[in-house]
Amino acid sequence: MDDAAFSAAQLRQALVQGELTSEQAVQGYLDRIERYDPQIGAFLDVNREGALQQAREADVQRRRGGVPSPPLAGIPVAIKDVLCTAGWKTTCGSRMLANFVPPYDATVVAKLKSAGAILLGKLNLDEFAMGGSTENSAFHPTRNPWEKTRTPGGSSGGSAACIAAGMAPLSIGTDTGGSIRQPAAFCGVAGLKPTYGRVSRFGLVAFASSLDQAGPLARTVEDLAILLEVIAGHDPRDSTSAPVPVPAYSQTVQEPLRDLRIGMVREHFGEGLDPQVATAIQEAVSVYRSLGARVREVSLPHSRYGIATYYILAPCEASSNLARYDGVHYGYRTDERRMLADLDHERRELAALGKTAAIDELDSPLVRMYRQSREEAFGPEVKRRIMLGTYALSAGYYDAYYLKALKVRRLIRQDYDAAFAEVDVIIGPTAPTAAFRLGEKLNDPLAMYLEDLYTVTTNLAGLPGISIPCGFTSDGLPIGLQLQAPPFQEESLLRAANMYEQATSWHQRQPEL
Amino acid sequence: MSLQRDDVAKVALLARLQLTETELQTMTAQLARIVAYVEQLGELETDQVEPLAHVMPLENVLVADEPHDSLPRDLALANAPKRDAECYRVPAVLGD
Repeated sequence: MDDAAFSAAQLRQALVQGELTSEQAVQGYLDRIERYDPQIGAFLDVNREGALQQAREADVQRRRGGVPSPPLAGIPVAIKDVLCTAGWKTTCGSRMLANFVPPYDATVVAKLKSAGAILLGKLNLDEFAMGGSTENSAFHPTRNPWEKTRTPGGSSGGSAACIAAGMAPLSIGTDTGGSIRQPAAFCGVAGLKPTYGRVSRFGLVAFASSLDQAGPLARTVEDLAILLEVIAGHDPRDSTSAPVPVPAYSQTVQEPLRDLRIGMVREHFGEGLDPQVATAIQEAVSVYRSLGARVREVSLPHSRYGIATYYILAPCEASSNLARYDGVHYGYRTDERRMLADLDHERRELAALGKTAAIDELDSPLVRMYRQSREEAFGPEVKRRIMLGTYALSAGYYDAYYLKALKVRRLIRQDYDAAFAEVDVIIGPTAPTAAFRLGEKLNDPLAMYLEDLYTVTTNLAGLPGISIPCGFTSDGLPIGLQLQAPPFQEESLLRAANMYEQATSWHQRQPEL
Repeated sequence: MSLQRDDVAKVALLARLQLTETELQTMTAQLARIVAYVEQLGELETDQVEPLAHVMPLENVLVADEPHDSLPRDLALANAPKRDAECYRVPAVLGD
């Protein structure tokens, strides 16, 4: 029995048939984590004893029988370390929250628990979900299981890598500008960003409140459907969550879509797209044609402004959301004694130079505490985005940047609405390239941002998007196919993606570890 | 209208970040490049376009004003960098 090959659906079947106990399955995953994670670094924390204990309890429940098992009974799920877990450290990949223990569960976590899932561990991420390579984690980078000198993508790099390496059958990631879909593409796994409002953000540490969504990653599209069905739903504790019923995604996912109309975006196939990725996408489109889909060209004329729009709005929202990390209630606080000594030293120096006006301008101790705590505990990318956002929201710039970006956001959304009048799903590459090397883009923030070319517009428009594997480069690196759909059409998205998956075998390939 | 070091220093104060001189230099260069890139939005005519702040048309989401248990004090203070029996402790806000 090879744990790594099991999808969650297959694992569930094996548990139900009694071929395997949950304890055996969890032990299998823990063994793989022990064996492979030192080289990959997908996990920040592994819940060894807790997971085995939960597994034993699940086995007892199953033997007892009587009540029907909840959908994820005895099945391990790993969680990106940006969701609050009561009593269990949530670091957000940051020194700022290195020792933060949330006093409550995120709604997503509570739903996983109610569904019987076993919480296997916490997964590495770019700090506060800001990044596209997981290199911005304060703790360590995560490596791509297919090629360990390369990134797994980000910010949900741990979530994608752990699936690819068979260290968990299911994981939860978050996606603000592509952070589920791009790592899924780089790691050759499936990942879905739900419609904005489909999944509750209560307990999801906020990066950009109008863009963030938590979502599933897995080996197969069917598994995505199973996991999405568990975590989706209206939540009174999240006022941006949608009062829209959750369809039985897991029941319909295997049904192909007849008369599927697919749109290929004219603007996607231009500058910046790696030719091998373009070829793989064209081949995927041919597969859809052979399955009876009709393909036509659509245009998203404002999509070229997606990165500019996103890299104003997301940093603006981040600068506001991260203002709470001030060293007061939780998180890192600078060494106060040293801070006061530094302030005193500065005051004396200014006094000696006779600069009395400057002394008045000197930070108060409270303000210096904020500034020094944040300086010491935030990484460079987080600081960069806070600075960008603060600048764009500041007096005199708000109209030119923030308000302007919100207007372009509407234009981007209108493009999609027009396209979806003609087609059911939009198809294209998830990322312009396959996985890049660790360190390759660290010194060029803008180059890193441009990797988000095909994913940011989905978040800006609030739409659902999915990435599934569709091939490999000549270097053996996975290539991802992205599908996007109108709001709350996850069912169509999943069915369309499943059609392609069942007609191909990319999803069955595993890296040599 | 390229970003200068002093502009960035002012923003750092607003952002409550105590950047080092090296960081200020690097940040100035990087932010200038990014800001130059995002300024391309100025190419678009948007006078007649309404801003899209919320992708989902929800209005005035309300909840009944019913009292219920809140986070107990000890749990609320559990992650405090500095606390006493009742409160978070911080440097004085008012006065010296």
